[in-house]
This record gives sequence, C-alpha cells and structure tokens, in this order.
Amino acid sequence: MINKSLKNKITEKLGFFIITLSVIITLFFLVSIIYLIFTKGFSVISWEFLTSVPRKGMTAGGVAPAIVGTFYLTVGAVLFALPLGLACAVYLNEYSPKGYIVNIIRMSINNLAGVPSVVFGLFGLAVFVKFLGFGVSILSGSLTLGILILPAIISASQEALMAVPRSIREASLALGATQWQTIRKTVIPAAVPGIMTGVILSVGRAAGETAPILFTAATFYKRGYPNSIFSEVMALPYHIYALMTEGTKPELQTPIAYGSALILLAIVLLISAIAIIIRNKYRSSYVH
Amino acid sequence: MKAALPPPPSKVTGGGGEILYSFKERTIKILFTVLAFASLFFLAGIVFVLFKESLPLFSEVKIFHFLFGKHWYPTYDPADFGVLPLILGSVWVTVGALVVCVPLGIGTALYVYELASARQRQILKPVIEILGGIPSIVYGFFGMLIVAPFVQKLFNIPTGLCALTASVVLGIMAIPTVASISEDALSFVPSSFREASFALGANRWQTLIKVIIPAAASGISTSVILGMSRVVGETMTVLMVSGGSAVIPGSFFDSVRPMTSAIAAEMGEAAVGSNHYHALFAIGLILFFITLIFNAAAEMISKKYRVKLGLDR
Repeated sequence: MINKSLKNKITEKLGFFIITLSVIITLFFLVSIIYLIFTKGFSVISWEFLTSVPRKGMTAGGVAPAIVGTFYLTVGAVLFALPLGLACAVYLNEYSPKGYIVNIIRMSINNLAGVPSVVFGLFGLAVFVKFLGFGVSILSGSLTLGILILPAIISASQEALMAVPRSIREASLALGATQWQTIRKTVIPAAVPGIMTGVILSVGRAAGETAPILFTAATFYKRGYPNSIFSEVMALPYHIYALMTEGTKPELQTPIAYGSALILLAIVLLISAIAIIIRNKYRSSYVH
Repeated sequence: MKAALPPPPSKVTGGGGEILYSFKERTIKILFTVLAFASLFFLAGIVFVLFKESLPLFSEVKIFHFLFGKHWYPTYDPADFGVLPLILGSVWVTVGALVVCVPLGIGTALYVYELASARQRQILKPVIEILGGIPSIVYGFFGMLIVAPFVQKLFNIPTGLCALTASVVLGIMAIPTVASISEDALSFVPSSFREASFALGANRWQTLIKVIIPAAASGISTSVILGMSRVVGETMTVLMVSGGSAVIPGSFFDSVRPMTSAIAAEMGEAAVGSNHYHALFAIGLILFFITLIFNAAAEMISKKYRVKLGLDR
C-alpha cells in the first residue's frame, strides 16, 4: 500500500519533470532565435542602414527600399481586406439569418484560412499578374496578401462585434434608430478596439509573408523607390531570402541579411505585442 | 449630445421618407450580404484557377504518371513530370516535424494548464502567441545559419541542408500552433471532471493523464492536425533548409524538395503556358486538397468534441 503510493508520487514527479522540460526546450529554441538575430543584427543596424539604398550589387549600403516596399504592400493589403472583412463580419453577426448560407460562408472562411501561402501566390500570379494584367507589382502583391489576411480580419472583427453587449443594440433601436444606424453609430464604435487588434495582428502577418509576393510583387534589386502601384518592389522578407540564396559574396551578404531579419522581426514582434496589449486592456473592460 | 443621436426615423419625415429609409436599409443589407460572400468567392476562385491552370498538363501527361512517376525532370528534353519525389519530400519533413512539435507543443500546453502559476501563465500565453507570429523566413534564416551547420557537424554529413534540418526547423515553428490550440482544449474541460477525480483519491498526475487528457483528446488531435497543415503548406523555411534535390528520399540525411519549395523555386523559371508552368499549378492543386482535408478533419473533430462536452453554442 505504502509502496504503491510512493510509486504514484514518483510517477507524478517524473511526469511533471518531463512537462517542465518540454516547456524549457520550447522556450530555449524560440528565445535563442530571437536572441541570435537581435545580437548579430544589432551591429549592422545604423541610421545609414535604415535610410539608404543598397550599393555594390547588394553587398553594401542599406535596406530602405525594402522597408518602404514592405510598408506599401502591407498598407495595400489592409486597405483591401479591412472593408471587405468588416462587411462580412457585420453581415454574419448583425444581419445573417441562421441557416445553411451562413454555414457555407463560415466554412469557406475557415478553409481559406488554411490554404498554404504559396497557393495564394499561384492565385495572385494567375489572376492579378497575368489575367488582369497588373504585372509583378505592388497592386498584385497587396491584393494577394489582402486575400491571405481576409479570414483573420473577419474572425477578429466578428469576435469584437460579438463582444458588444446586446443591451447596447437594444437601447439604440429603442431610441428609434434603424438597424444600419445602430450598427454604424453604436455597434462598430464599441467594437473598434477588438477590430484594431485583428487588423494589427494581420499587419504583422502580411509584413512577414514571403511566398505570396514571390511571384506577384517582389524583386531582389530595384534602383531607387517604387513610383506607382504598378512598380515592382523590394520587400524585407524577400530581401532576406535573396541575400541568402543569390549573389556571389555570402560573407558580405549574410550580415545585411541579419540586419534585415532584425528589422523584420522587430516590426513583427512590436506589432503583435501592441495588439495583445490592446486586446488585454479591452477584454478586461468588459469583465464586470 | 443632441448631435450624437441618430436622425429621427420614418414617422417624423413622413410617408416618402419611410420608403426612402427602408430602401436605404435594404440596399445596405443587400450590399453586406454580397460582400459577405467574398471568402467563398475567393476560395472558389482559387479552386477554379488551380484547375484551369493545371488541366492543360494532363492532355500531355497522364494523371497516373504525374502522381506516381518517380522522376521530376521538368527542364530536361524530354521533360518528365513525376511528382512522387516531391510528395515524399513533403511527407518526410512533415513526419519529422511532427516528432518535434507534438511532444514539445503538448508538453508546453500541459505545463501552462497544470503547473504554471497564474503569473507564469499570464506571461507564457502571450509569449507563445507572439512566437507563433515570427515570420517563416526568419525560421528559414535561422535554420540555414545555425541548425544546418550544427546538423552537418553532429552527424558528419556532406551538407546540413537535408530533411532532418527541415524537420527540426519546421517542428520548432509549429510548436506554438500545437501548444496554443491544445491549451485551449485543456482549459475547456469542465472543472467538475477534475474535482470528481480528486474526490476519488487520484493525484494530479493521474487526473491529468486519465481524466483531463482523454476529455481534451479531440481538441488536442485538432491541434496536431492544424500543426500538420501548417507544416505541409510552409514554403520559405523548406525552400531554404531542405536542400532542394527532387529525388525520392532514402533517409533523413538526404536533401529533399517538398512540394511547396518546388513551386516557389521553379515558378520563376517556368515559361507561362509551358508544361512546367501547368505542372507547378497541379502541385498547388494537390497541396490545396491536402490542407483542405486536414482542415475539414480538424473542424469535424472539434465540432464533435464541443457537442460531447456540452459546449456547442
């Protein structure tokens, strides 16, 4: 009897030890990635690196065009996906009659979210670059990334709309407002922080994606900055890839890749941290 | 205050206004309904484009030969479009990645659920979420510069860019997906289950293994399937670390070319309208259906599970 309880205790200790070990290994991996890129990339970063164009066949100079390109692509993606995603969320949450149509829409959102990013790239290539004739451009890349982040924006907006208490809608309707007035003037404003969180997280995702812009927008080398939405652009994630796989002077290119990776990682981490802070603040404001 | 109020509705504006109002309301509703179909439209568009752009291949290459052909020589003359080496490349790295991400991901979830203090949980959960957002290109970069040389030295092989390295890096990448969905599943288990088990004299470990994990099993398997879906569809990481040889792998030390990296690496050089171009879209079609099946399975399992625990809304 005593033996058995001792055995149980040892098993418990051992089990908890393994669990603790797995969380330590996980954190070790993930933290070491961040640590490595921050320490190695830090020495490369300078004002000149951030603000000047690449020189000497990508072996010197800065990455400013890539930062600008990533900015354009991301803003374009959000401009496309936010109105569409918000409209879809409003429909599902405020207008939709329950039924098979809603189920079909929900299913398509879930499945769109699971499509591999390179397949979005193929779609963008066939539709935006070739069929619509936008060419390899900011426009094609932004639209492709926009479709990629659409499911995330819909889900986040829907969650935000769902968190708005029913009483707010009822109060507005009781004052004689129509349904659209209620949605526009009370429901959406109340849901703004939640929607913002979703948008910010999607920005982080869009900024880091490489495969969808591979054939739709990105170019390794471009003289100067893009001058219209039909220009090809340099983009940070693609720049890292190209520095590591193309060119002939890896010893000069790798440090630049470290610097670019640091900038990208810093942008993405900062963006998700902001989103999470907004969300936590917002969530706690609804707990009574 | 007055300005913030909505304009007075129909009764004040009279009969004509009423018609105008309801017309506006109805138009807006129809507009939103149409926009709500965007996801369906794009999903259908993706399927359509993949079929349209890959079908021309099959007028020249038999489907059976495409799926089970052992040689991927898209640029030879005559070219050979056997996609089996690429499919097997994906299978190898996916299986390898699961070996890494399943134990570590579920272990992490169990720690957050069972052992972490409230404060640790408050830190760990967002940290895992943030780590899940690290771009795949960064993982690929890390894999190329750190993991590959390490693997090369450790096993004394000619190059570290192989299925093993790809598996490890993809596995690390998928940990946050597995961990956060598993943790959700665990936290959905009603606390009465736990209390009943304690009341019967079970200790924490026995309760965890025999009550909580079985109750959350379908949620945990959902997390594994979604992790798998992410690994299969991941492109940049495998493109950078898997080596890139399109031959049927014989061991984890072989260089492989998974489907995603074939598309990414070769699309730039494939002439539009050529067989090679169509073949790459056909690979995209295969990938699309694999992830579709995974996601559908994950959804079915999690739906069943919600019903089982009485959580269905």
